[in-house]
Amino acid sequence: MFVKIEPRSEPSKAMKYLSPLIAAVLMLISGLIIFSLLGKNPAEAFHAFFVEPVNDLYGIGELLIKASPLMLIGTGLAVGFRASIWNIGAEGQLAVGAIFGGYFAIIFYDYSGLFILPLMIAAGAVGGMLWASIPALLKTVFNANEILVTLMLNYVAVLLLALLVHGPLKDPNGYGFPQSVLFGDSAILPVLVEGTRLHLGVFLALGGVIAGWVFLQKSFTGYQMQVAGLAQKAATYAGFKYKKLIWIGLLSGGLAAGIAGVLEIAGPIGQLLPSVSPGYGYAAIIVAFVGRLHPGGIFLSSLLMALLYLGGESGQMNLDLPSAVTGIFQGLLLFYLLAADFLIHYRMRLDRSRLEVN
Amino acid sequence: MRKTPRLQLKGMTKVYPSVIANDSIDMSIAPGEIHAVLGENGAGKSTLMKAIYGVVKPDSGQIIWDGEAVAIQNPAHARRLGIGMVFQHFSLFETLTVTENIALAMDDYKSMESLAGRIEEVSEEYGLPLDPGRLIYSLSVGLRQRVEIIRCLLQHPKLLIMDEPTSVLTPQAVRKMFETLRRLADEGCSILYISHKLDEIMELCHSATIIRGGKVTGYAVPADETATSLARMMIGKELPVCSRERPVVDGERCLEVKNLFKSSADQFGTDLKSISFSVRGGEILGVAGISGNGQQELLYALSGERLVDEKDCIAISGESVGHLKPDERRNRSLGFVPEERLGRGAVPGMSLSMNVILTAHRHGMVANGLLKFQKAAQFAEKCISDFTVKCGSKDDPITSLSGGNMQKFITAREILQSPELLIVSQPTWGVDIGAANIIRQSMIDLRNNGSAVLVVSEELDELFEICDRLIVIAEGCVSPSVNVDETSKEEIGLWMSGMFPGGPAEGTSHEATSDQESHVC
Amino acid sequence: MDGDILIQILVASIAAGTPFVYAALGELVTEKSGVLNLGVEGMMLVGAISGFIAMAKSGSLLVAVLCGMTAGALMALIFAVLTLTLMANQVASGLALTIFGVGLSAFLGLKYTSIALPGVPELHIPFLSDIPVAGQLLFSHDILIYSSLVLFGFISWFLYKSKAGLILRGIGEAPKSAHALGYNVIGIRYLAVLFGGAMAGLGGVYLSVAYTPMWVEGMVAGRGWVALALVVFASWRPLRVMAGAYLFGGITIAQFHIQGFGIEIPSQLLSMLPYIATIIVLVLISRDQKSIRLNSPASLGLTYHPNNQ
Repeated sequence: MFVKIEPRSEPSKAMKYLSPLIAAVLMLISGLIIFSLLGKNPAEAFHAFFVEPVNDLYGIGELLIKASPLMLIGTGLAVGFRASIWNIGAEGQLAVGAIFGGYFAIIFYDYSGLFILPLMIAAGAVGGMLWASIPALLKTVFNANEILVTLMLNYVAVLLLALLVHGPLKDPNGYGFPQSVLFGDSAILPVLVEGTRLHLGVFLALGGVIAGWVFLQKSFTGYQMQVAGLAQKAATYAGFKYKKLIWIGLLSGGLAAGIAGVLEIAGPIGQLLPSVSPGYGYAAIIVAFVGRLHPGGIFLSSLLMALLYLGGESGQMNLDLPSAVTGIFQGLLLFYLLAADFLIHYRMRLDRSRLEVN
Repeated sequence: MRKTPRLQLKGMTKVYPSVIANDSIDMSIAPGEIHAVLGENGAGKSTLMKAIYGVVKPDSGQIIWDGEAVAIQNPAHARRLGIGMVFQHFSLFETLTVTENIALAMDDYKSMESLAGRIEEVSEEYGLPLDPGRLIYSLSVGLRQRVEIIRCLLQHPKLLIMDEPTSVLTPQAVRKMFETLRRLADEGCSILYISHKLDEIMELCHSATIIRGGKVTGYAVPADETATSLARMMIGKELPVCSRERPVVDGERCLEVKNLFKSSADQFGTDLKSISFSVRGGEILGVAGISGNGQQELLYALSGERLVDEKDCIAISGESVGHLKPDERRNRSLGFVPEERLGRGAVPGMSLSMNVILTAHRHGMVANGLLKFQKAAQFAEKCISDFTVKCGSKDDPITSLSGGNMQKFITAREILQSPELLIVSQPTWGVDIGAANIIRQSMIDLRNNGSAVLVVSEELDELFEICDRLIVIAEGCVSPSVNVDETSKEEIGLWMSGMFPGGPAEGTSHEATSDQESHVC
Repeated sequence: MDGDILIQILVASIAAGTPFVYAALGELVTEKSGVLNLGVEGMMLVGAISGFIAMAKSGSLLVAVLCGMTAGALMALIFAVLTLTLMANQVASGLALTIFGVGLSAFLGLKYTSIALPGVPELHIPFLSDIPVAGQLLFSHDILIYSSLVLFGFISWFLYKSKAGLILRGIGEAPKSAHALGYNVIGIRYLAVLFGGAMAGLGGVYLSVAYTPMWVEGMVAGRGWVALALVVFASWRPLRVMAGAYLFGGITIAQFHIQGFGIEIPSQLLSMLPYIATIIVLVLISRDQKSIRLNSPASLGLTYHPNNQ
């Protein structure tokens, strides 16, 4: 070992920004290796996975459609993560948001009007927050660990959605398939660009990211959340109300995920199905970390993560690559990020003394 | 005639990224010699000792043990050579028993039962009785140190390293420990005694190595030196003294504590029992006591980090505040410097400027829920210049500051908010002498401006230097107050073991109290 | 209620509880060293599919077990490198491990979704297994259930009677002190994490090879998370881990039998049962924070490195 690892006297600012890039590059390199292991031509597979999905306008639209829920949820989760409040329940909060929003789409099926979409979005937000308020309540009153509670509630929420589309919310004329009616036009987000499926929801997501930026970077409450995350004792010392921060941390994730759930059913899906999310709630956790819990970073990392989803689909269609590869890429990306973060606090140097000895 | 030295160090060097902790240190200690390593906080004493004990690997230099060069790989190796160490911050395991703790440092013992027997034997032999079955968290700090000492003695050490051992003892217990150490030395054991307390070193040690800034600045026979000459070697100049004029008398009662009971949040902690005292504007009240006697709990209750059940127990300027959270108490002009700097008094991972906001936000740094970074930056600049905080800039991470500078910065942040009541815990713990002096003087200046100051400290010298009145805390009880001019370190030392009017050990002899501990007030 | 049905339910509960026993005892050892690995779910999944593939290819239970344990340990190794060597946050790393494990197991299992395995036969012990009631309850299980009991005995002895166990507990309690006494904190934590991974892998193998026995994507279905909750529920004590594991085994089994009694409840509601039970259990135990703090390893979840002092 001629390389010496030593702590930096202070954390490197440059590495803070570089390490997500390093992680992304390492993930792409691993991609090439995985593709060749699967017996594919790496260059061809790389093209199919990472380039083809976005080389036309339609593809860009798809990228933004997928990135929207990711950046929205990622920002909402980052609010909690900053305070070390680990909401792992976005997947469930998204499902409940979809249920609430979908309910109004179904009961106003015969109506049309501009009120329906805002109502659905508000209902989704309420649903997501309600679901998130369970762990918040249990944590503030009983000290129950929010990681385990939010996780358990994911399973419960997904089962609840399945239960409803198998029962009360099932399309009576749907030949018994577990799905709701197709929503009316007033319950579908309008498409923005001709020739794509890009819908209004992208602005909502961007608005959420900007609101998150103001809250996290500029507001006193955002500062308090960060203090609580870095040193809880310091937050108590300063007299910040930790329980309030827990509620904000969990509800912001629920709010974002609930709205994201509505964006999905009122966007590309157009109805309630037993499954309304390809794991956005979990992927958003990675988005938040890779984005350094900063809304600007989250915006960029949501695009990368959306590309992974598209690449998975495209690879499956064009190259017969299993779509599960996407999950592997997501996990690898986070691994590499966590590993690269080491370089924020440590640096590697050639060990001169050892060289001299030799 | 010269014997082979027990231990010799040649050119010991250890470099950390930001500092040279040890710079080519030479030293020698003979069998049976008590040798002082003298230097102020941050001089590099602890690093040097850890290198001898195998905890830290030196970058270069030689350790010669009984005439032979050795490379000490790890503490187990050091123990096999016959080196024992009593750490300043104990290396004990709270939820394990005394025997289990000692077993973890032993390489050869037959069974837990036989080990427990040996512990009792050795502890009796040296007059340091210890119950092997007790869990560490139930022991006082003094007894914990005893566990560390017995742990070393069980291995019949040829060299015993004691790192700042007296900071946890009363003056009386210090005397008793000196007896034990002299006896060990008579038996041929060498002792390396690390301290920054000049009087102790002059009393106990045969010889001394003085270290400043990682370098040896002199060797001395302490008995031939004066405190002034030793100090000059230690800090390169005369010991600075604070200027303390007469107190402003008859100030308003600023803090009043009445009949405060509080059970500890920590199951290893001390419950507070019927505590009453008050601090007036224009005076400094000191709280003396051995750590772990309820200081933490008292400070948590006073700061509001833990609320008390009776809101009338604590009053600031006549208003009951027992039910108020820390920020609400700060709004009533309370300032507080906690003993834990990083992680409580300051937020790691944030800049100096952002750390100002933590408690000073109420001074115009928040408008409409948004932060005014400009204001925070100005306040940080003022902290840095008024207290000569050594740092690159206000935007540097707080973690880049040394212990002394961080403490100056936190104290500055609290004092520059002009509190009417300032509470400070361990103001100069681990702080270099220059910074300590600035901090002490700033508290005196605040008191001269009519504010009330409460100082909790384990350093008796410090309390006697800056305080107007003293109270002592022992086992969660508080003594009556005395004027500093009307008492002595001896008396306060006795009180620290609970022997004060109405105290937990009133009427018992000192010998008895040092070995027992469960009393009620 | 018919006595036979009761015995059946009890026997089935023990089987259903066994994956929890393996995973939770493994995690218990990891946590005793002061490391919180939230990746149990991922390690179980990868262990499950690795064991399943090995079983399908070799037909040997031993090979399946070894493969599953190795796979779980390798997953744990990733976590150990991240958190112990590179000092990454343990919560984030554990989550990453689970996300990665979900993806990796789905990927590895693509070609195995429609294969059924023969399962693991009950171990017939002459005479003992034929005793009425007791024989069925105690002596009619497969070898993996018996070995889980051996594991329990071993861990109880190891933690509280052996010097190595004392060292492990010491490291979880105060890594700085352990380091000062010369123990290799990082090295020992590596071993504890790898052991936890191997046991999670074995729990996964039990699911896919003996309990179900087939491979379904995501078949661990939250059991890894329940195992994590069990360790807290058990206040880090092996005997209570066993009790909790069989309790949850019972709840898992109950959902099948409630329908058997002719009660009309949608299956989704019944499937929610174990998850809701976990939340309730968490709430009940979390109320007593003092006891949790007294029993939990003091350094749990905190990053430690000797260079950082």
